[in-house]
Amino acid sequence: MTDNPHISVQNLNLYYGANHALKNISINIPDKKVTSFIGPSGCGKTTLLKTFNRLHDSLTDVRVEGKVLVDGENIYDKGIEVTHIRKKMGLLSQRPFPLPMSIFDNIAYGPRIHGTRNKKQLQVIVEQQLRDVALWDEVKDRLYSPAVRLSIGQQQRLCLARGLAVSPEIILGDEPTSALDPKSTQKIEELFLQLKEKYTIILVTHILRQARRMSDFIVFVFNGEIIEFGPTEELLLNPKEELTKDYVKGFLS
Amino acid sequence: MSVSLRIIKDKIAGRTMLVLTVLSVLLAVLIGAGLYLRSAPLLESHSIWKLLFSSEWKPMKGEFGFFPYIMGTLWVTAIAILIALPLCLLCGIYIHEYAHHRIQKVIVPFVDLLSGIPPVVFGVWGVLVIVPLIADHIAPHFVEFSTGYSVLAGGIVLAIMIFPLIISILLEVFGTVPKELKDASLSLGATQWQTVKHVLLKRSLPGIIAAAVLAISRAFGETIAVLMVCGNVADVPHSIFDAGYPLPALIANNYGEMLSVPMYDSALLFSALILFVIIFLFNAVSRYVLSRIEKKYA
Amino acid sequence: MRKLEENIFKILMIIASALVVGSFFLIVFTIVKKGLPAMNLDMITKTPERGFYIGKEGGILNVIIGSLYLALGSSLLALLVSLPIVIYINLYLKTGSWLGSVTRLSYDVLFGIPSIVYGAFGFTIMIYFGLKASLLGGIIAVTLLVIPIMIRTMDEVMRTVPKELLDASYTLGATRLETVKILLRQSAVGILTAILLSFGRAIGDAASVMFTAGFSDNITTSLTDPAPTLPLAIFFQLSSPIEEVQARAYASALVLTIIVLLISISARILTKRFSKNKI
Repeated sequence: MTDNPHISVQNLNLYYGANHALKNISINIPDKKVTSFIGPSGCGKTTLLKTFNRLHDSLTDVRVEGKVLVDGENIYDKGIEVTHIRKKMGLLSQRPFPLPMSIFDNIAYGPRIHGTRNKKQLQVIVEQQLRDVALWDEVKDRLYSPAVRLSIGQQQRLCLARGLAVSPEIILGDEPTSALDPKSTQKIEELFLQLKEKYTIILVTHILRQARRMSDFIVFVFNGEIIEFGPTEELLLNPKEELTKDYVKGFLS
Repeated sequence: MSVSLRIIKDKIAGRTMLVLTVLSVLLAVLIGAGLYLRSAPLLESHSIWKLLFSSEWKPMKGEFGFFPYIMGTLWVTAIAILIALPLCLLCGIYIHEYAHHRIQKVIVPFVDLLSGIPPVVFGVWGVLVIVPLIADHIAPHFVEFSTGYSVLAGGIVLAIMIFPLIISILLEVFGTVPKELKDASLSLGATQWQTVKHVLLKRSLPGIIAAAVLAISRAFGETIAVLMVCGNVADVPHSIFDAGYPLPALIANNYGEMLSVPMYDSALLFSALILFVIIFLFNAVSRYVLSRIEKKYA
Repeated sequence: MRKLEENIFKILMIIASALVVGSFFLIVFTIVKKGLPAMNLDMITKTPERGFYIGKEGGILNVIIGSLYLALGSSLLALLVSLPIVIYINLYLKTGSWLGSVTRLSYDVLFGIPSIVYGAFGFTIMIYFGLKASLLGGIIAVTLLVIPIMIRTMDEVMRTVPKELLDASYTLGATRLETVKILLRQSAVGILTAILLSFGRAIGDAASVMFTAGFSDNITTSLTDPAPTLPLAIFFQLSSPIEEVQARAYASALVLTIIVLLISISARILTKRFSKNKI
């Protein structure tokens, strides 16, 4: 593990009103690896993921204490500008949410916002990103038709490409395959394995087998706390904590 | 540098919209204050008690008794709600609980279309259909003579105008009653009507009251349709076949024309103020109740 | 016994529903029956001659044009005011924010304020600025009247835009202002519906234009001209003893009813058809 990881969480607490949803979280996420957050539903794994790019900002009643350092910068500092932090991360949500525009514009949306106006340049970016997610051949003839007409699996890959187009360092996946059929799931998983050479990937999943297939490290979250954190095989096969043991046993035995 | 410019733009836009939003919310306050200021001369020179309960309406002599107008308003509103509420409850229950999906799909659009018809068209219809109906077929059974232009005519026309409002709110309110609750009742052997009576209506009572209050306030302020069929005689009505002169009609008939008479303008804006205050309160309370119901069962 | 009660109420319910739906048809039938005979080419292509209240010749062209100007002007003005407000409460404010609830509640309340009050208030504003009854005055009063309709309709649709969609834009580093585009595209149908409904209300309302828009026999050519409108044409001419003048009222009522029904129907089709294609 490096000394200055992309994401470092220090004593993070999060409250939904009176509900203490994340308790004293501290963790350094390994760079250029896949780290999976596992745990029963409602344990706080998705909440934790969303603190990394401050997607709780649009909710009232959410209070965050502690630090999340992204490249050494505490994103919860006052006066911090949230847009450039978010640009560093691509997010893949449970269900694909293509923007209400064409396939081309979906990918070009991010680069345009960040100042790329040149049509040629945009075309290069769009083709590159679509190739990276193995979507180019499927959509190259209908780049200007609405993105919502794609299949769900294609939409999810489009969303991934859209996120990659702003050249992030980190990819956040919030159960990104939960709405997909097995074949599309497999495609997304393959992509993630390719991408981890270039990106730090954090994956929330409730499927232990997926976590095992995909990740280098696993974080077990329970009831808003990190119970255990370690390399995948070690954590799954030789859990140190009783809670982890109980949770893992149910799935792997 | 372009980053900070984007963010500055975002912030400026946000501030501007905030100011606009707050100002627009203050519109209600502004209307209230404006009407109050303009009716202040009248309020200063006349006791409010006398304004509300005297029947002497002699603008030339500076006497402004609103009692006949207030009573005219109350009569038409009461008649309208007495007709509309039971009918709408029955219709709403039918749509929500009994009607086949296909029948629902027929009724609901027409209720919608009814809500789009302009008040003045209701007025025309009232003049052409309701007024003669009352004069020739209903009134003769009860009184010696009626022109048909009466609080009853106003009430009937208003009742139809508030159908869509009541029904759409009732349907929303009924929708918040959990199906499990009704199923529980049905599985205990209750008939559908018993379930409606004991579960649906009971659970929806606050919403039904809110719907009624909203409908009352709508009826209260409706102007042109009522004006066309009510007869506009400034006496306190004593029967449903008497003519009446509701407050909105008073404003509509006189405002903007007789501004040379001292205080007249104040008096008319005072009646607008009465309408505004009552309707504001009624609306605020019932909308609040409805939003609570929605939130609770969302 | 239970069965009897059940049946009685069922019959009552069917009668009530028939009355509600029937009243719509009865109204439309009456208007068409009276309006159709009054309708001819002159009616919609000529202005009234020798005074709208006495003259037997001419039609209602001035009124149709005045109404269209007024409804179009106030709908557009209301849109300009309403858009920033709904965008603000749906995008800039946090979900469940206090200001958002207050704003929504106050527009619910303003929606219920009768048009006669908007008319009277609009007129006091006009006196204050020394404005005479004119198209501009009418537009001001009617704009106030339709802003709540506009805001409520657009807000209802914007609230259904999935938060994740907006998050997707934020995640790419977009500011809220940049995300407005996404919000607007996703709720385009709602915005169109809001414009239609506002237009329908604006063209049909009489009490708000009574003192503010004025009336005349001529075609409105500028903002400071009086703007004769369909509802007032109906109201003024219906009480005339002259048959030809009454005919103009019936024709106006028919035109107004047709316009308003077309608007209601297209608004319905719009929401029906396009709400399916969204995510």
